Amino acid sequence: MAKFSLKINGKTQQVDVDPATPMLWVLRDHLHLQGTKYGCGVAACGACTVHLNGSAVRSCQLPVSSVKKQEITTIEGLTENGDHPVQKAWLEHDVAQCGYCQAGQIMSAVSMLKNNPNPSDEEIEGYMSGNICRCGTYSRIKTAIKSVVKK
Amino acid sequence: MEKFNITHSRRSFLKASLLSGGGLMISIGGLSGFKLTDKFEDLKLPNEWNEINGYIKITADNVIKILSQNPEFGQNVKTSLPMIVAEELDVDWKDVIVEQAPFDTKVYTRQFTGGSQSIRTTWKNLRTAGASARQMLREAAAQVWNVPIDEVSTKASVLYHEKSGKSAKYGEMASKAASIPLPKEVKLKDVKDFKIVRSPRKNVEGINIVTGKPLFGMDYTKEGMLIAMIHHPPAFGMKLKSYDASQVRTMSGIKDVFTITLLEEGTERAIFDTRTFNELLVVVGNTTWEVMNARKKLKVEWEGIVEKKETVNVFGNKREEIIPAGLESTETHLSKMQEMAKKPATELRKDGDPETVFKNAAQIIERTYNAPFLAHNTMEPMNCFAHVTDKEAFFAAPLQAPEFAERTVAARLGLPVEKINIEMTRMGGGFGRRAYGHYLVEAGLISQKAKAPIKLIYTREDDMTYGIYRPMYTATYRAALDADKNLIGFHVKGGGIPEHPIAANRFPAGAVDNYLAEGWEIPSNITIGAFRAPRSNFNAAAEQSFLDELAAAMGKDPIELRLELLKRAKDNPVGKNNDYDADRYAGVLKLVREKSGWGTPEKRNLHRGVAAYFCHNSYAAHVIDVAIKDGQVIVENVYSAIDCGIVINPDAATNMVEGAVIDGIGNALYGNLSLKNGSPQQNNFNTYRMIRCNEIPKKIEVYFVENDIDPTGLGEPPFPPVFGALANALFKATEKRFYNQPFSADLSKL
Repeated sequence: MAKFSLKINGKTQQVDVDPATPMLWVLRDHLHLQGTKYGCGVAACGACTVHLNGSAVRSCQLPVSSVKKQEITTIEGLTENGDHPVQKAWLEHDVAQCGYCQAGQIMSAVSMLKNNPNPSDEEIEGYMSGNICRCGTYSRIKTAIKSVVKK
Repeated sequence: MEKFNITHSRRSFLKASLLSGGGLMISIGGLSGFKLTDKFEDLKLPNEWNEINGYIKITADNVIKILSQNPEFGQNVKTSLPMIVAEELDVDWKDVIVEQAPFDTKVYTRQFTGGSQSIRTTWKNLRTAGASARQMLREAAAQVWNVPIDEVSTKASVLYHEKSGKSAKYGEMASKAASIPLPKEVKLKDVKDFKIVRSPRKNVEGINIVTGKPLFGMDYTKEGMLIAMIHHPPAFGMKLKSYDASQVRTMSGIKDVFTITLLEEGTERAIFDTRTFNELLVVVGNTTWEVMNARKKLKVEWEGIVEKKETVNVFGNKREEIIPAGLESTETHLSKMQEMAKKPATELRKDGDPETVFKNAAQIIERTYNAPFLAHNTMEPMNCFAHVTDKEAFFAAPLQAPEFAERTVAARLGLPVEKINIEMTRMGGGFGRRAYGHYLVEAGLISQKAKAPIKLIYTREDDMTYGIYRPMYTATYRAALDADKNLIGFHVKGGGIPEHPIAANRFPAGAVDNYLAEGWEIPSNITIGAFRAPRSNFNAAAEQSFLDELAAAMGKDPIELRLELLKRAKDNPVGKNNDYDADRYAGVLKLVREKSGWGTPEKRNLHRGVAAYFCHNSYAAHVIDVAIKDGQVIVENVYSAIDCGIVINPDAATNMVEGAVIDGIGNALYGNLSLKNGSPQQNNFNTYRMIRCNEIPKKIEVYFVENDIDPTGLGEPPFPPVFGALANALFKATEKRFYNQPFSADLSKL
């Protein structure tokens, strides 16, 4: 066990955990930030995507000890009211079916658009292919992202 | 206007009126609702709700709450069921808030999400609930205003008396309405007057999903809750022999290690009771990571199971099930299936004299199709919160069929069913998998033994290797043609591990004079379960590919052949019990033909295939265009035509069809759960290939047949024909037929 001071969603939070604990479980079990989802634990599905200094990472592969001073943003910290352009696009295009993967999808999309505000179809597909949706909402995910690009 | 006698939901209305005792019924809103955390500040402050009936509560300031009775797994019933109530209640949708109804079989019938039946089975009840509440509100206004009820009209949550110019919001009359006796008869709206139903409405949970609110079973927490994980055998056909947990017990955060027995020996299994691994090793600890790590340190010896027989009781129909010993492999499964396919099978339906016709046929076409086990892979793995005490048990879980799980767990825990309380959380996908509530029983037993509130979590590996798969199937189709290439006989013989897929009364039964359907089964210790459109998901792939080949052999256009057969089935049907409506079946084919521009010269490099299927009371047809680019298959366009009767929420319905198309393409191309010595060869998304964002069709166009037929389901019907349409398009593109799923295996050999 070791104490860590973490900057999460703009707030500093203390946890006392095994240094190897992935951020996914620190967020979910210790900080009760349940928006970040467990899907596979091997960085193959993207459900646990969060931002580390603004870039998308899979939190299931991010040991708490490696975070140090870096800023973590989860879906809860993206906006207070769900009014990020990407969240608004998700609502406008009513993307979700079961909804379980969507926080991860949104975190990936936001990160992509931050680094590449005007992605091509192929770039969207390529970037978003790290996030699995069993319900098959990919076509709406693409449409929603493209609607943000147009704006 | 349709009149409807209140009989269906008598129980729920009776309960509502009994509770109200002829007076004002007040219930505590937020507390009876969807409680996700123990933190009181997260709950809405209690409001005074006037309960009009089991579905509708209205506050004095005109907030209208509609409860959605069925659990939600992504098919959007939490929006569409309340839309039906709201339609008949005649409210402004903006005034409505929706809440998950509590699980309560005394109030609601069939709180089960599955079989594409949520809308179909609640349609009349929900309309009646809305219409009777509206009538009670009108009656209340009539009494207060001292006018005849016939002169009281409604519009968008407001009551009007035109002659006197009086008006009142529903909320103003709600407490009075709650005391009005239940009407004996109500008038339902004319379908053409619908304002909410048939118009697109956003998912009521949308904002909670995009902001990451804790909606799912996995997100449930409670003060003092421990985390539990099971450690199941590494292979089907194995069981626990002994274990050493001495090291694990000393590890940080670990509370206990013990075993549980899912069902007691000799238990008669009911529908949805499963028997994958009966004895399970359990690790209980403080946090997920600690339990996950500790579990790796268990020293376990496994041993082979011995063959046994179990009785399965499905609603009074009892059958014996053999669970063979041994470690099974896909390779041996395939050879066993080939052997069995040659042996005589059980006759399921016979029309005319197929044997003679095949003997005398000018030409026989025979093709065999195979499909592997599939894992459901819901994005949220199985999980369940349980708090069991000596007197009662509370669960919060993602369950499709809580009513069945409740009975099993009550019996297993030795508690009366009334002492079992289940909160239905949102499900991160279902696809049939969550009809099997073994994880609820497991969680209950763990909590009972640990004497603590626990949350049982399956890792992805636990989830994917636990069984309850889509069965492994094969079918051989044969068609007999006369010298003029007329279809004179049709024969399907299908088998599976451990169940056959054949639906004997389905098309083309009824369309061919000489018809034979047969089935056979091979017992297995691999467990299986309903998987999005059970059996149909295989049949539509096999039969629809076969019809494509048959059309080619007969020199006919594939849509034209189907339409001719359907015409025959309508004008002069062969045999009895044909389970489809030939006109509606033909309807989706004609619609997809029109919308896809079928028959017009195909664009260069585009290759198209068609398939249609009827299942779960609805009809679906797809045309799929593929292209081959740099040796890779690219699905360019999909045109879908669906007849599910009245479409409640068109945009959400379109979303579900788009999803079914993508899910279908993914499973057809990649879905595969193979076994070696009883051990699943795929255990996570790095070995089990799922379709991804870069592999979806460039365009999906969805069209619904417009009619006023009472609605049927949509979660399953669009899924099966995707497989067939894709196989047929791939043939056009590659000149190779795709007989074996997943198609990617044969595609990679080209």
